Order: sequence, then C-alpha cells, then structure tokens
Amino acid sequence: MPATLTREQHLELYYFLRLNRELEEQMVRLFRQNKILGGLYSSHGQEAISVGCAYALGPGDWIAPMIRNIGALLVRGFKPREVLTQHMARFDSPTRGKDGTSHFGDLKVRHVVAPTSVLGDLIPVMTGVAMAGRYLGQNIVTMTWIGDGGTSTGAFHEGLNLAASQKAPLVLIVENNQWAYSTPVERQVPLRNLVDRAKAYGMESAIVDGNDVVAVVRAAKDAVARARAGKGPVLIEAKTMRMEGHAQHDSADYVPKKMRDLWKQRDPLDRYEKYLTQNKLWDAKTKKEIDARIAAELRADVEFAENSPAPPAELAALGVYCEGCHTVDAVWNRPEEDLQPPKSSVQAEWRMASTDAPAPALRNAKPAPSVHSGNTGVKSKSRGKSKSAGKSSQRRPGVKAGC
Amino acid sequence: METTYLEAIRQALFEEMERDPTVLLMGEDVGVYGGAFKVSAGLLERFGWERVIDTPISETGIVGAAVGMGYAGLRPVVEMQFIDFIACCFNQLTNIAAKSHYLWGAPVPIVVRGPCGGGVHGGPFHSANPEMYFVHTPGLKVVCPATAYDAKGMLKSAIRDNNPVLFFEHKFLYRRIKEDLPQGDFTVPLGKALVRRQGRDLTIVSYAAMLHTSLEAAAQLEKEGIETEVIDLRTLLPLDRETILASIARTNKLLVVHEDTRTGGIAGEIAAMVTESAFEDLDGPIRRVTSLDTPVPYAESLEQYFRPDVAKVVAAARELAHY
Repeated sequence: MPATLTREQHLELYYFLRLNRELEEQMVRLFRQNKILGGLYSSHGQEAISVGCAYALGPGDWIAPMIRNIGALLVRGFKPREVLTQHMARFDSPTRGKDGTSHFGDLKVRHVVAPTSVLGDLIPVMTGVAMAGRYLGQNIVTMTWIGDGGTSTGAFHEGLNLAASQKAPLVLIVENNQWAYSTPVERQVPLRNLVDRAKAYGMESAIVDGNDVVAVVRAAKDAVARARAGKGPVLIEAKTMRMEGHAQHDSADYVPKKMRDLWKQRDPLDRYEKYLTQNKLWDAKTKKEIDARIAAELRADVEFAENSPAPPAELAALGVYCEGCHTVDAVWNRPEEDLQPPKSSVQAEWRMASTDAPAPALRNAKPAPSVHSGNTGVKSKSRGKSKSAGKSSQRRPGVKAGC
Repeated sequence: METTYLEAIRQALFEEMERDPTVLLMGEDVGVYGGAFKVSAGLLERFGWERVIDTPISETGIVGAAVGMGYAGLRPVVEMQFIDFIACCFNQLTNIAAKSHYLWGAPVPIVVRGPCGGGVHGGPFHSANPEMYFVHTPGLKVVCPATAYDAKGMLKSAIRDNNPVLFFEHKFLYRRIKEDLPQGDFTVPLGKALVRRQGRDLTIVSYAAMLHTSLEAAAQLEKEGIETEVIDLRTLLPLDRETILASIARTNKLLVVHEDTRTGGIAGEIAAMVTESAFEDLDGPIRRVTSLDTPVPYAESLEQYFRPDVAKVVAAARELAHY
C-alpha cells in the first residue's frame, strides 16, 4: 500500500496533519481569549483533505484554498505564525491586517491564490491560472476546493464548464462535509454523490474517503497526473464530516448526535496513526519527537503573533491600486516567438470532422492578412443622424397610461 | 486616413497584441465571428486560437478566468458582448478583481471592455450605462472614451495598467465618429480629463456620447453669445478633480451632462466634490442633464424622451448662464 510514498513522506504527512490540528486548537484558545477577531472556522475532521490534496502537487503548481484548508497552506510552505497573525489581525500578517481568517496568498513563490468568502468563484479563477500556465508552457496543474454547499453556485457551473471546454489542467476537490452551515447535503442537492455533477461537464472524476489521508494523496496524485497530461480537468469528491459548527459561534445542534459519534470513529488523525503503527512506519519515539517539534514551533509562533503590533491606522487608506509597487511577470517556458505572428496564424473557420466529433479542428495555416488594421474589412460610415422620434407616428397617444 | 472609434479600438488591440505576447483576448464570439460589433475582426487570423479565445456564454467564468490569467502574469482583455451583461460578473469584478491588490498585494492586470449606451434602439438589455456600479468600487478603474484618439490611446494604457480597468465603448460612436490618428504608438493616460472647448460663462462636464451632444449644444449657445467650456472626463474612476475645479474657478457655473440615469450618476459625486472644495467659486446652482431614472426604453419616441439631447442641454445651459 505505501508503495508510492516513502517513510519520510509518510512522516511528513503526519507532521502536517498534526500541525494543522494543533494549530487550530491553539487558535480556539486564542479565540476564547478574544485575541482572534471575527469568526474562526474549524477544519477539525477534514485535515486529511487539505493536507493530502496539497501534498500531491509539485512546487510549480497552484492552489486556491477555501477558508478551512489551513492544512493546504501549511503544505505550501506558510508557517503557523502567518496563519496566527492573520487571524489576529496583526501588522506582521500576510495582509497586514487588511483581511482575516485564511484569506491570504502568495502569487510568486508559493503560488497560492487567496480565498474569498464568495463560494465557487475561485473555480473560474483557477481555470484561468491553468489556461495561462498552459499558454506559457509551464506544464502546471491548478487545484481548488469547494464544499458541498458551493457546488450549487453559478460560478461552480460556469467555472467547470469553461475548464472542461478548454481542457484546462484543473483539479477540483469537492469537500463534502455534509453540511452547508446548517443545511444538510440532501436538502441542497438531489444526488447521492456530488461527483455525479462531473458527468455533466464531460469531466473525469473520482470519490475518495476524505478521512483517509493515504487514499486522498493517491486519488489527488492520480487526478493531478491526468490533468498534467492534458486530459482536462478532474473532479474529486472527498467524503468527510464537519466536526464543529460552521464557525465558533455555532454549536451545531442541528447535527444528529448519532452522526457525529459515527464520524468521531473515523477521525483522520487517529486512523493515520494506527496506519503508521500497523505498517511499522514509526514508533512511539518518532511520534514523540514530531509532536514535540510541533509544540515548540507553535509556542514560538504564538509568542511571535502575540507580540506583533496592530497595523497603523493610516494603512487603511493605502494599496487600493497597484502603482508600480508590484510587477506583473509571466514566466515563459516556451519560446515567445511561438506565439507571435505569423506562426500561430490560422484560418478563422470551424471545421467539423464529423457530427460526433465534439472538438473543432483547425484548417491549415494560411497567410496572415496585413498587420495594419486599416485593412480589416469594416468600413466606417459617415456620421449619421438619428431619426427624430414621433415623425413616423401620426397619432400621439396619451401618456397617462404609463403603468 | 480617417479612423473610426471602432477601428481605433481594434488598432489598439492589434498593436498591443503585436507588442506583448502576454496580451490575450477572450469573450463570446470574439474569434471566428470577430465580435458582435466586429471590433476584433481579423485578430484570430493574426494571433491564433491561443490568444483569441471564443468562450461559452459565461461572464462569471470568463472574467474569473481573466483574473486567474492576470495572477499568472498575463494581460487578458475580455469582451462583454454588450456591457449590460457585465451584471453577470459583478461579483468577480467587485469582490475579487477590485479587492485583491488591496488585500494581498496581487495585481489584476485585466481589461473588461464592451459596448455601452443607447441611441441605437437596443432596448433595455442592450443600451445600459452601468459605469456607476463600478465607480463605487475602489480598486477598479473606469474609462469612457469619447473620441477615436482617446479610444485607442486609453485602451493601450488600460492594457498596460496593472489594475482591473473597465473600458466602456459607446456603441453610438463606433462608426459615427472618426478622425485622423497619428502614425505609430501613442497612449493617453488614465485619470486625466480634458478641456475640449474653452469658454468663460459656464462649464459643462460630460463624457462618452454625451460629450458630442454637449459640444453641439455649446456651438448653438455660442450663437446666443454664451461661451461654454466643455470638459471631457474620459476617466470616471479615478476622477480628475483638478481639471474640473480649475474650470469652475474660471466660469463659476457647472452643468453636468450624462447619459447614465440621474440618481447615483457621476453628476451627484461631482456636485458634492465641487461644493465641498469650491463653494466660493460658484455663482449658481449646479445643474445636471441626465437620462431619466428608468430602464432604457425601446421605442424611438420613448428612448429620445429618456436620453439627454442637444435641446435639453442647451435649455439647461442657457438657464444656468442667465442665472
């Protein structure tokens, strides 16, 4: 079973899962001390999906997490202090206190697009990153997550349809945690498996036990490989359970006790620890070492975050526009000349090979027209006068009947 | 050779795509068909399928993808077939494109362009002037050119800008106005208004198609001995306050003319700005001539009643001049 992962990788997965869990437990304590502003959203019970999916990617690949995918941020190289300062709205946070929760990113190094609170909208965005990566010859895959609730948005549909029609190298993880806030999945979607939605877009798809990190890594790696090979986007439904309320304020009384108890038995960390022991991938000493490392790391980062100052008030007025403070850089992995005329010139005509061939084929390249746009065939008209109203009508009806 | 407003836009697209391989065009029917108004005719033949992308009917999908391309270092231009449909991607523009630099330092170098405005019997879903929804959104830039020169020069500036720019092309102007354009590359800066006509009796501030209506009105007023200064805003966001205030200091009277509806139109913002900053310069009430607070109606008689025209502008300006 562990054929594709080395022992070190298995231990690294444990490290991220445990770090994810401990970091969030630390944040609950800070929340209760009123040191975290606004809401706090837990991924308790869902860590294997954040960690396992992000773990399947290469360093050049891109992700756009959701608010609960803190584990994915950790795998991409963000440190607990960045997550902590961000939640605590401190000056050292990645957004300098301008946004909270896990709403932060890093375009150039870790390739993380910041989540927003509007669900579904990152699917088209990551489709665009995937299209750009292909255009630039980067051979990258993009990944984003959506909850069961978010699969009902228009952006979900538009994004997947666009991704599929463009064959964009996108992997979408549908993190089915059974609840959209207080609404159970069966009251949102008339499907037993959300993965069935992929069929409508002509996409490859898979279901995975989202509380089994090894299974998640395997499914995600497979999806990433397919997307990277140019086979189009892939949807993975990871079944799991949100073990806390929507956020800290929500006691989630609407969740049946039986259901919660059942999923408690499936805790991803407990299961993975057993798996490591059964497969003799570690011993008590190794676990103790990793746990101690995490505890020390968190201690230092909590201290760092608590000592970080509040952002200066005037910062609120700055940074609305990019005035040269950031650069827009395309990383080309193919010759730019490839894309400049006349090499790419084609005849603008669809050719249907046969009625059952859905993809359009291109005719052979023809000589391009002159660059000069004076010659593009649209003639200008002289300045026209609009006909004045009422001239053509003989009778002027009364205006009283306006409604 | 004289170049139309529409042709100027196409030239800008051609030349920017020639200059910079990170510039792409995306939209509904922009490739094979060349766009509903033929703005992108010839681009597919020149630049190929990877750079001129025909998309499904998915404004949210298209603009979202453009934002993602921008993150990855490209400079996509998105066409809305009619600008009315920009309502479909309101969230992508206002929640993602507009906020991303402020929040996490991620520039969104995209242009969303498309035909706006009435006067062509487009009816309530093909004639809108939705600029003010976006002028109310910090992080966006909103551009409304009135001439072929500006259309070309400002589209080039918009493409080279690191921020999301909404580029409103007034479809009444597409083939109705033309001018000689200089050879070679030129740009027109965003955020700078221009005094199109000088006068000392009052200032008319306008933009897009209504600039031409205002200039015609100014020519008529001249015959009555009223000298009208006419300012072309060109960019609504960021607004060039200095040019407006400098003109008010000379003429002491202000009339704002726009085709957008009245309540919440840019005239209200300009009036507030002028009374805050130059109350002492004013010798009369700030007046506005705008469209009615209704959807754009279809029938010719209704639409003409709805929109400002030369006679309405002349009447308001005359009254203000004599105030």
